[in-house]
Amino acid sequence: MTLLSAPRAVTVRDVGAKLWVISIWTLLIFFVINLFGIIGAVLTSSFATRWLRSWFPNGLTTNWYVSAWSEFQLGDVLMTTFQVVGAVVVLSGLIGVPAAYAMARREFKGKKLVMLVFLLPLLVPPITYGIPLATVLYQTGFGGSLIGVILANLVPTVPFVILVMIPFIEQIDPRIEAAARVFGAGTFRLFIHVLLPLLTPGILAALLLVLVRTIAMFELTFLTSGPTSQTLVVALYYAVFAAGVRAVQSIDAMAVIYMGLTLIWLVIALRFVNPTQIVTRGKQARA
Amino acid sequence: MSGSAIPFRVRLAASGLDGVTLLVIPAMVLILALFVYPFSYGLILSFHPKDGSFLGNYGHFFSDPFLYGTIYTTLALALPVTLLNLVAAVPVAFRIRRMRHQRLITTILVLPITLGTVLVAEGMLNYFGPQGWFIRTLSILGLGSPASIKLVHNYWGVFLSLVITGFPFTFLLTLSYVSGIDVALENAAATLGARSAARFRTIFLPLLAPGLAITFCLSFVQAYSVFPSAVLLGAPAGPTRVISIAAYEAAFEQYDYSLASAIAMVMGAVQLVVVVGVLMSRSLFYRGPAAGAKG
Repeated sequence: MTLLSAPRAVTVRDVGAKLWVISIWTLLIFFVINLFGIIGAVLTSSFATRWLRSWFPNGLTTNWYVSAWSEFQLGDVLMTTFQVVGAVVVLSGLIGVPAAYAMARREFKGKKLVMLVFLLPLLVPPITYGIPLATVLYQTGFGGSLIGVILANLVPTVPFVILVMIPFIEQIDPRIEAAARVFGAGTFRLFIHVLLPLLTPGILAALLLVLVRTIAMFELTFLTSGPTSQTLVVALYYAVFAAGVRAVQSIDAMAVIYMGLTLIWLVIALRFVNPTQIVTRGKQARA
Repeated sequence: MSGSAIPFRVRLAASGLDGVTLLVIPAMVLILALFVYPFSYGLILSFHPKDGSFLGNYGHFFSDPFLYGTIYTTLALALPVTLLNLVAAVPVAFRIRRMRHQRLITTILVLPITLGTVLVAEGMLNYFGPQGWFIRTLSILGLGSPASIKLVHNYWGVFLSLVITGFPFTFLLTLSYVSGIDVALENAAATLGARSAARFRTIFLPLLAPGLAITFCLSFVQAYSVFPSAVLLGAPAGPTRVISIAAYEAAFEQYDYSLASAIAMVMGAVQLVVVVGVLMSRSLFYRGPAAGAKG
């Protein structure tokens, strides 16, 4: 310790280290400023009366929200979004959590293969498997329907729930379950009375992440939805795609509604999970 | 069932198959029906083109520059973006890893991922547009004029959008790998007099290499399957006609599901080649625990 605290002359190396630190921070701050600029531009534009060739709009108004609501039938779109997201969250919980329990507690032949099958939908990007999936859904008559959209969205979310839940289940002492079994509880009662209360924090975290991901899931919904089964993010895409038909502010008002919907759930989710979990799929669940 | 023989159920349970294991079946059926079956069906369908020949679709794909050119277009976007994101993410992750307000920064960076590419695209059209705040600031600083810089509806629009959604993704993955390395290893090296550059080269890089390889693969696969921003921010008819656009057009504009499946398979194959290539080179590096030895 005395060696480290001994005074020494400022060297070229120290200056270099300082410059390096400063340049990293500059890079990060530059990125964050532009990110807020992008979000701020959407927000400002949605309240703008007229905004051409100037830094800020001429005046502010909330009329665009009213017109966007009727132009894009946002009432219907939001209803569809809630139906899809609600169904996906409930179903992926009901299917994923028991499967995670089996994967965490039992060793069986072919378990590695099963695990690989659950990993694949998370590794292959949605647009790659979305096109064959949409083909099959259209041929079986589910294409374009609400059920088709829900089924397609379950493909990444069920494996996601399984992967997030496995470490949570492994943390629970198996002796607790053994004790319940000794007292005569079957698998179903074991789940309801013992595992569910213990797993609630984990399930909540997993399902909130599913919720946030499903609201923002563009590709699968886009490929499988019809005119009556569009979620908000797909409706937003079509609006931006056909830009010029509608006022920019109107599209931005819709974008702000979408942002609000996503961010509310993100804020709630972040109370229960670490931000890194949104990309790393439960790697940190143990921590 | 005779008393001496071991009941079938018990024998099954001994090999790990009992009521609890069966809980995996609903999830398995779902993934088999909605992922494995469509993929296999798509693969078979791709060999049954409209003209009836076995390899017709693939022959068509690799003889039409409008189609095979998309592989190059997509690689020309995805590879530089992924490399840039990774190169930027590593030093930033090293700076952030022991900071107190780490959670604030990770929360800010998770925003573009949660908002999604469609919203980022709409924001970018405004912000990076000819009358947007970014170009206005540049022209005030004297770095260019609105007429000379074009950042949307071309290659750079898509490039920037992949940086904005891709960098946070790469960064958060890298951060989780970097925080997994035991600080004791670095302290030991520092005590022995290694400078930070030497510590990075000799301690961190070998330990991080496997994690960085996986990060590269996941980030690359995401960038390679870019779709909404290539349409909204790029020039989808020309310079940013990526492979997913070609697949989408075949399926939903020409209704040629066979050709669309073939393009999707080519897309999957290219991703696989890059991922396998990167993971193979991973075996050249150190593999083992990233925690310090006890004692």
